[in-house]
Amino acid sequence: MITFLLRRFVTMCVTLLIISALVFAIIKLPPGDFLTNQIAELRAQGESASVAKAEFLIKQYGLDRPVWEQYLVWLGVMPGQNGFSGLLQGDWGWSFEYDRPVVEVVGDALWLTLLVNFAVVIFIHLVSIPIAIYSATRQYSIGDYIATFIGYIGLATPSFLLALILLYYVNRWFGVSIGGLYDAQYAGEPWTWPKIQSLMSHLIVPTIVIGLGGTAAMIRRMRANLLDELGKQYYVTAKAKGLTPRKALLKYPFRMSLNPFISDIGNLLPHLVSGSVLVSLVLSLPTVGPILLSALKSQDQFLAGFILMFVAVLTVIGMLVSDLLLAWLDPRIRMGGGR
Amino acid sequence: MNESLSVKQHYVDSAAFDPGATEPMGSESESFYRASSWRLMWWKFRRHKVAVAAAFILLVFYAMVPFVEVIAPYNQTKRHGDFLYAPPQSVHLMHEGRFIGPFVYPYQFTFDIESFRRVYTIDTSTPQPIRFLCRADGYDFWGLVPANVHLFCPPENGTMFLLGTDRLGRDLLSRIIYGARISLTIGIVGIAVSFTLGLLFGGLAGYLGGWVDHVIQRMIEILRSLPELPLWLALSAALPANWSPILVFFGITIILGLLDWPGLARAVRSKLLSLREEDFVKAAELMGASKQRVISRHLIPNFMSHLIASATLSIPSMILGETALSFLGLGLRPPITSWGVLLNEAQNLAAVQLHPWLLFPIIPVVIVVLAFNFMGDGLRDAADPYH
Repeated sequence: MITFLLRRFVTMCVTLLIISALVFAIIKLPPGDFLTNQIAELRAQGESASVAKAEFLIKQYGLDRPVWEQYLVWLGVMPGQNGFSGLLQGDWGWSFEYDRPVVEVVGDALWLTLLVNFAVVIFIHLVSIPIAIYSATRQYSIGDYIATFIGYIGLATPSFLLALILLYYVNRWFGVSIGGLYDAQYAGEPWTWPKIQSLMSHLIVPTIVIGLGGTAAMIRRMRANLLDELGKQYYVTAKAKGLTPRKALLKYPFRMSLNPFISDIGNLLPHLVSGSVLVSLVLSLPTVGPILLSALKSQDQFLAGFILMFVAVLTVIGMLVSDLLLAWLDPRIRMGGGR
Repeated sequence: MNESLSVKQHYVDSAAFDPGATEPMGSESESFYRASSWRLMWWKFRRHKVAVAAAFILLVFYAMVPFVEVIAPYNQTKRHGDFLYAPPQSVHLMHEGRFIGPFVYPYQFTFDIESFRRVYTIDTSTPQPIRFLCRADGYDFWGLVPANVHLFCPPENGTMFLLGTDRLGRDLLSRIIYGARISLTIGIVGIAVSFTLGLLFGGLAGYLGGWVDHVIQRMIEILRSLPELPLWLALSAALPANWSPILVFFGITIILGLLDWPGLARAVRSKLLSLREEDFVKAAELMGASKQRVISRHLIPNFMSHLIASATLSIPSMILGETALSFLGLGLRPPITSWGVLLNEAQNLAAVQLHPWLLFPIIPVVIVVLAFNFMGDGLRDAADPYH
């Protein structure tokens, strides 16, 4: 188990390293950067004092150095202007657009992103397991057809469009706005109990909207798995020996069908993160999604780079967790070389 | 073997061998056994009623693509300055209890000073019949031939905005029909890119094995662990702003295809690996078939059907990806019209509250995506006709 853990951890680190290079290459792809654009703009306006400041920043962040050196400085394995200070040292860089450190700009958004995604994963599992059991044990019943149909709709409707429609109808029918993650009066306030309550109630709609696609996919997969297991002889034997239907179901086939369920968290997470970025934009949730979009548009490279890295780390860690859970549940995977 | 050798007298019938003599096949089962695998797949697919219906819907949608100029009642860029944000007009058949064919009632609008909005009221006294196969807005058919024939057009001196108009007074229905051309082709072009990449990398990994396989596998794992959308966003933000809309279109398609191939490559690789061990491949090899013949006659036809099925299932994600990017303003840009570009106008709550008909482009998106999903499911079931 220890070697398995170690091997998975090393793989994860290598993966993250490659991802960081990929991310840096992508944010460096557009010609120019925030500061050179700004300098050109300032020159046009004839503000030489600000130009000097921007040029100072270019020196400060080594933006005049070759790209690979910039990458190493950003990562923190090569000394920049202030010695070693990059991602590895916990220095997340400077946001040129906001003129503040990245850590201050993203701030609460990181935790709220985590919270939203965590809530969605919980939601998906809580909802899809019972529905899957219902439709597998009562195959071709009306309830099964309804669940299947809703599943297809959930798969086909993009989450951000669903968010738009809900935004419209909730506003029209109930007269409340479901945008944001807490009521406007709590913005910038310290975390108090009423604020947390407000957060909870605002979390419901985004969770459902982001989670619907994943729930549909999960129901479909689990239903198929469970149906496979229900056709096997051991289940028939268990029932023939007089186990109550509930016990016969929960004790064996259910556990078997859960296995791929856990391994799917890894596949699910990238989609959830994508979905939450989009839905956050429509519902104006204070997660990293809207910040990422504006950072990408204004070429605020360290901010965009950090958020992309954060999102990648989130998914990679999620995949690690699902791998570990699976290895803990199913010894065959540990023995099989950790694939 | 030994037993048969020990028998000295061995009866051999001089008549030609007829394999069907002992158990004659009916014409039906004979045609089944002699059918090619593609025909078997078609038979199996045909039994999947929902998938067939979905395929038919897609056929209708795609058949419209070359003729959008004729089908749309207005030109997509035609602005109606007097009818900004006009609500949808509905089609009626009966006027004052009398059947007079499809017609619309004209609008009257007044300007509400309080809310700074146009208020449209329907004037039900004068029905205006819709014209069919008529001449209206001019257009360049396929950008080449100037023409002005439409399948159906607004009444003379009247308007016909069946799905309302946008902020510049452009007919939404016409724009949705024009948008279909871009939104539907982007899925096909994108899948072509990812199909090529997937076939290439998956084929290399499965065929060469060794370190190539290892490297490609790691590449696939890394790409699959990245959330698509932020990467799409970053890559499309990197498209130069001075590119022409057509270049942007191809740029976006390539971006969508670039991140989609790992799934297909994985499928190709595993299929290649498992098929290589199959008996019929071994038999072909033993009979002296060349490597090329084994690949082209036995391997590719066998997994091509699977590939087509899984490619069909990933077209929706391309269409949705384009819609999402354009919706966020990072994808296609006007003057190119796609469903995502149209939805871009419905981005904020105010627009949606005041002009809910701006959400109409969602409907074709959902229909097409659902249809591709159903058809892909049917194809996947049919892809293996021998089970």
